[in-house]
Amino acid sequence: MKASVIVFPGSNCDRDVAVSIKKITNLDPIMVWHKETTLPKSDLVIIPGGFTFGDYLRCGSIAANSPIMIDIIKKAKKGLPILGICNGFQILTESGLLPGTLIKNDCLSFICKIVSIRVENNQTSFSNKYKKNEIINIPIAHNEGNFFADNDTLKKIEDANQIIFRYCNVNGEINNSSNPNGSIKNIAGIINENGNVLGMMPHPERATCNITKLYDGENLFKSLAESLF
Amino acid sequence: MTKITKELVKEHGISKEEYDFILKSLNREPTITELGIFSAMWSEHCSYKSSKYWLKQLPTNSDYVIQGPGENAGVIDIGDNYAAVFKMESHNHPSYIEPYQGAATGVGGILRDIFTMGARPVALLNSIRFGEISHEKTKHLLTGVVSGIGGYGNCMGIPTVGGEVEFNSSYNDNILVNAMCVGVAKKDKIFYSKASGVGNSVVYVGSKTGRDGIHGATMASAEFDDNSEDKRPTVQVGDPFSEKLLLEACMELMKMDIIIAIQDMGAAGLTSSAVEMAGKGNLGIELNLDNVPCREDKMTAYEIMLSESQERMLMILEPDKEEIAKDIFEKWELDFSVIGRLTDTKRLIINHKKEKKADIILDILEKGAPSYQRPYKTKVYKDEILKDKFTREKPLSILKKMIGSPNLCSRKWVWEQYDHMVMTDTMLLPGGDAAIIRVHETNKGLSMTADSTPRYCASDPFEGGKQVVAEAWRNLISVGSQPIAITDCMNFGNPEKKEIMGQFAGVIEGMKEACNFLNFPVVSGNVSLYNETNGKGINPTPVIGGVGVVKNLSVFADQFFKRDDDHILIIGETDGHLTQSIYAHELLECDIGLPPRVDLNKELKNGLFVKELICKSLIDTVHDISDGGLLVAISEMSMKYNYGFDIKLKKRDLNSYLFGEDQARYVISVEEKNLKKVRYKLEEKGIYFENIGKTVKDFIILNDEQMTVKELKNIYENWFNNYLSEAS
Repeated sequence: MKASVIVFPGSNCDRDVAVSIKKITNLDPIMVWHKETTLPKSDLVIIPGGFTFGDYLRCGSIAANSPIMIDIIKKAKKGLPILGICNGFQILTESGLLPGTLIKNDCLSFICKIVSIRVENNQTSFSNKYKKNEIINIPIAHNEGNFFADNDTLKKIEDANQIIFRYCNVNGEINNSSNPNGSIKNIAGIINENGNVLGMMPHPERATCNITKLYDGENLFKSLAESLF
Repeated sequence: MTKITKELVKEHGISKEEYDFILKSLNREPTITELGIFSAMWSEHCSYKSSKYWLKQLPTNSDYVIQGPGENAGVIDIGDNYAAVFKMESHNHPSYIEPYQGAATGVGGILRDIFTMGARPVALLNSIRFGEISHEKTKHLLTGVVSGIGGYGNCMGIPTVGGEVEFNSSYNDNILVNAMCVGVAKKDKIFYSKASGVGNSVVYVGSKTGRDGIHGATMASAEFDDNSEDKRPTVQVGDPFSEKLLLEACMELMKMDIIIAIQDMGAAGLTSSAVEMAGKGNLGIELNLDNVPCREDKMTAYEIMLSESQERMLMILEPDKEEIAKDIFEKWELDFSVIGRLTDTKRLIINHKKEKKADIILDILEKGAPSYQRPYKTKVYKDEILKDKFTREKPLSILKKMIGSPNLCSRKWVWEQYDHMVMTDTMLLPGGDAAIIRVHETNKGLSMTADSTPRYCASDPFEGGKQVVAEAWRNLISVGSQPIAITDCMNFGNPEKKEIMGQFAGVIEGMKEACNFLNFPVVSGNVSLYNETNGKGINPTPVIGGVGVVKNLSVFADQFFKRDDDHILIIGETDGHLTQSIYAHELLECDIGLPPRVDLNKELKNGLFVKELICKSLIDTVHDISDGGLLVAISEMSMKYNYGFDIKLKKRDLNSYLFGEDQARYVISVEEKNLKKVRYKLEEKGIYFENIGKTVKDFIILNDEQMTVKELKNIYENWFNNYLSEAS
């Protein structure tokens, strides 16, 4: 089983995510340079965090036009599982694989801290190892993590259970004070209609080891690895 | 040809004596390009002309040192065939003029110093100092510097894991921004800057050269006045994305084993990298500036040689290896250009547009560089008695004022803007005595800290110099690591003033004594002088960046109480030294008298003992007692997990006991089951300790006073937000 980790100029969580999946799952990470035009044979694609192309234009917009994205979009439409983390989430919305967009945090500054998120939907291949409404602790680190979508889009993704994670407090309550970046409806992660493309701002790969003493990200990778069989 | 006038020479910061020497050595008038080259190379920033004499006195060797001062960064052996590479550098003047870019490029510069040696950067730290909080520029400078540091490090994907922030009126018009970087390399894969091989190619890689930062090194070597903001164009502009590409391209090329020498273009840009590389190799270098990739049209030789555009490197390759390197740099979409050759002439020759623009014997630039043994005056520092006006006030109410003061409150607002977890190796988050970073493929960690206590140095440079080294050492001990070596960033005022030189000399003497005693050598560093505005100098600020090794990743300590009913022990004697304490400064507003003395014997004995307790897993909670004294220290230990304390104290002078800043002290918490063993060891070694009470859940109790941990935490964590939301 192979997982392609896409490396763009400016990706900086590529190694972290490769180390994590190697440790937790039986997936073998392959680093794929953004200029490749076809994906190697893979069972999962991960678009890691970072500052692709410096985020000098809208975050993720240049990477969304890299050569490899054409093949990723094609295979995503055929059902290949795609996981976008942080900048990877931004790339997925920019490429049209996920609805909505990510704008600047409402505090107008970069935020790096450990937050709580609630699992809203555990009926997906990314989240089935979690319990529904489980509260998990996970780091965020971003400048533009403020999820926004117009009302129609929002209604659609809510109705179809496409919201997978929401920011909450330690008791699982979802409100303004438990919202770190101003995301609409406290959205931290969403999935596409077909259930094979997930984007999330928090970093599951940073919650998978005894170094950080956070383990709640492990189940995401375990969910994926098991559902791929 | 530009005529070289007296005014022009003066504008270049070259003294009359220095200019006479240039005339004599060249046997002719210099060209304008040559004058620029001399100006940059002989600036205080590049030549260390006022500090060299003193810096040479610091110990730079130990069994662990692979490379001491003189290279891009220092290198120490951390075992398992790995080395740690680290250095700290100042970016004070640019950060005052343009806080975001000044701080960002400070981070960019120090990162390049590390990866140019073949090490992948694994952590950043910084020490930043601003004027008093009521100063009109403080908010602007604080927010700009913090976002600049974050902007660069976050984009690079290198965690910023530690540092310090201080507010003091002595920095009102001259803030300090010191950035430190630590990298890890295979011990046998360190790259150096010494050029070799006549005929080898001089290769330029990275970003294009623009007109930014021209004369940065000269600016950084002059005092400020009210017109300093006019110097904004000399501040460089950072591009962390290009630097990330440069890092990855260099790392990829370094695996190929074809680089003969490499150096980043930092202060004084192409000039200093070319001169230093050829000079170290005892060779000559000939450059053709027509091949330098330029961002702007019609740049002159003078501008190209002195530009401090960021994200550039110079390397030496054998001509037949050029293609291999070129392919890698093209993959990363970076410029790659062969701009010259090494020669055996021992001269620097610059050609541009078919004209020879400079021809200087390298020795004149390097060995001929001025070195001054500037006159200095050692002041006699007197002890004085402090009048404590709060003797009737209850300690916990004083504690609230202390913990809610700008210099003791939580720095969370700052470090939450830095990505401190990327690379997933950060074992101890910011906010402790030292950070720990795991070293991949080993079971080891690197501990690191950056710290200074300028008020001690101002009130007794010698004792202050000892103290800053001892505190860095203590911070590394507190997490259970073996302190190995330091980098120093010496921020002082105008060295042409005897009093300032006296401070410099005193601090160096103090550092030397502590470094020798603690076997804690200096492996790299940086000097920033002329930190004055309108004739007023800053407090002498030697910032010490310490690095240590955690031998076993599963055995270390942090400073946070984790259980209730642990015994709280104070290791080391408390005399209640209040002068120069934060208590005296913030509450009594009285900066008289001497700082606490560091007894290096006790420092070593107490520290090694604490480390042994950690390594034997007898304790896992340790905090050194520094700024603010004992009560502040145990409060800092309480707030993370909401385990407070219940202590009963009968002291004649409770305030000086609680807030005095006597040195060589630690607070440890000991589980009941280990207490007997710990006490036995303490008594056996004859180490002074006091058992002052126990940890309790949620409360802070001192004699008959009580409050919740939560109340204190609110005060502690909200200072920055409150301060920044006030209308200025």
